[in-house]
Amino acid sequence: MDNILELQNITKVYGTSVKTQVLTDISISFKKGSFSSIIGQSGSGKSTLLNIMGTLDEPTSGKVFIDGTETSGLSKNALADIRNKKIGFVFQFHYLLPEFTALENVLMPYRISNGSIDKGAVERAKELMEITGLASVMNNNATKMSGGQQQRTAIARALLNNPDMILADEPTGNLDSNSTENIYNLLRDINEKFGTTFIIITHDRRIAEMADRIIEISDGKINVDIFK
Amino acid sequence: MKLSFQIAKRFLGSNLTQTIIIILGIGIGVSVQIFIGLLIGGLQNSLVESTIGNSSQITVSAEEEEGLISEYEPMLKDIENSDGRVEFVSPVLDNPSFLDSDEKNQSLLVRGMKKSGADNIYSLSEYITEGSFEKDENTVLLGDALKEEYSLQKGDKINLVTPDKRTVECTVTGFFDLQVASINESWCITTLENAQEIFGTGDEISAIEMQMYDDSVFEADQAAKKIRKVLKDENVTVTDWKSQNQSLLSGLRGQSISSLMIQIFVMISVVLGISSILAITVMQKSRQIGILKAMGINNSKASLIFLTEGLILGVFGAIAGVLMGLGLSYAFSTFALNADGTPVVDLYIDKGFIALSGCIAVTACLIASLIPARRSSKLNPIDIIRNN
Repeated sequence: MDNILELQNITKVYGTSVKTQVLTDISISFKKGSFSSIIGQSGSGKSTLLNIMGTLDEPTSGKVFIDGTETSGLSKNALADIRNKKIGFVFQFHYLLPEFTALENVLMPYRISNGSIDKGAVERAKELMEITGLASVMNNNATKMSGGQQQRTAIARALLNNPDMILADEPTGNLDSNSTENIYNLLRDINEKFGTTFIIITHDRRIAEMADRIIEISDGKINVDIFK
Repeated sequence: MKLSFQIAKRFLGSNLTQTIIIILGIGIGVSVQIFIGLLIGGLQNSLVESTIGNSSQITVSAEEEEGLISEYEPMLKDIENSDGRVEFVSPVLDNPSFLDSDEKNQSLLVRGMKKSGADNIYSLSEYITEGSFEKDENTVLLGDALKEEYSLQKGDKINLVTPDKRTVECTVTGFFDLQVASINESWCITTLENAQEIFGTGDEISAIEMQMYDDSVFEADQAAKKIRKVLKDENVTVTDWKSQNQSLLSGLRGQSISSLMIQIFVMISVVLGISSILAITVMQKSRQIGILKAMGINNSKASLIFLTEGLILGVFGAIAGVLMGLGLSYAFSTFALNADGTPVVDLYIDKGFIALSGCIAVTACLIASLIPARRSSKLNPIDIIRNN
């Protein structure tokens, strides 16, 4: 079983009185260590798909398998645990905690499952911040960094617990083209170094082509699925 | 637990002005509660003290009217052994007599008591205005009022006429002012032995007077019950100040109840206020909660953050409240003065009450944080992420 993620017949409908069908019968799987991009127009349902993949949202019907485990029967706490240990999220808005420093933000996933910090975790956090080029701003408050630095902090944070996969929703949407390219090179580096699976939503075709696999979502269905 | 605490600390610290205002709000509520509680407590204490602070709180007297108690030594011992709340026991012999002087005359109550009893129960030595309480034969103390009326001086002699028509000459060795006009006009105090000698009763007494320890004053009726049991074989009646002062007691009870109601309603309004403010902070931090949940924090740890906020606010609010409450009480006792410069209400510190108020404040804040905590537990990360 080398599929880190598998979706079977996923359908998502929003609303109770006025129903909107966002995703229709999507089946797709991702191999461990792969680097894929998902593209599509706004409103195509790609963010919804990503959220379902990351257990942040539940499908109306269909099954989600994370590293072989089906998620529909799991309790909220069990799902939270999976999110903590196996999945890393990177969003368009970096979503750092403004009350903490960059280093403390990076360490947060570890603290959530372990309560207190141990030396090993701190070492790893510092190493990740080195890799992401943040060594000089480690002790800056989250609000006192540039947009690019904040996004890189979010990436380092997503990597702290050594997750099996990283789900990124427009991670460079808010950055200039220089930072964007740097970030993507960084992600590819990490994919090579740690073997982390990447699934990245982007609306930028240029960026999408840096991935090994491009999936296009249109009107809630998979339109195109190309392996390079 | 540790993580929730650190996040709570940072959340509260991120908007320090708001946090301080909340703490002050709790503090004001607590301070009002403490101030009123201490004020009423102090008032009640003063009232009880002035009513029965210097009189007999439990009295054992002969069953028949005007009767005497003869074998009283064993009774004194029995009483001392029966109830640990009784502090002083004093045998007294009261007799009516007549003060016969050239121009006027009047009846006097000659009260014979041991010097220790007089001081312990009536604080007599504090109220002697001139001279002293002597043990010599036929020496007496009279009230200030009589000094004026009969133009008496220390050392003068007076004639006392006993019920069996004997006249006994006594020397006035001093004067007292026991703060009650009727007492100053009618009491004549001498030693127990002198009274027994003057009235020819032998070693008998008319009553045993008692005072309780300060903190047991309100248990006088229970102690009286015990003493009644111990002395059931003697022909005596036991009375206590509480059964003799029913209207005072019901007045005190009414005061206590209204004070309690004020305190309860103050606390309720504090709880409601804090609850709504904390609910707002949950809204303010909903983004952070969403991120934390996306990172995998479970619902109970997330709600623990807000319970911890409630706890921290409660502790600091209680401390602020206690300090402000004590400050208010101190200011009141310093600036609210009677015409003669004494405070209207003496500063009264009840450590137990203050500690209890502090604990109630902390508990109230914890309760207030339950609803916001539950709200945070229900926050869905996806709603927050989608809406941003």
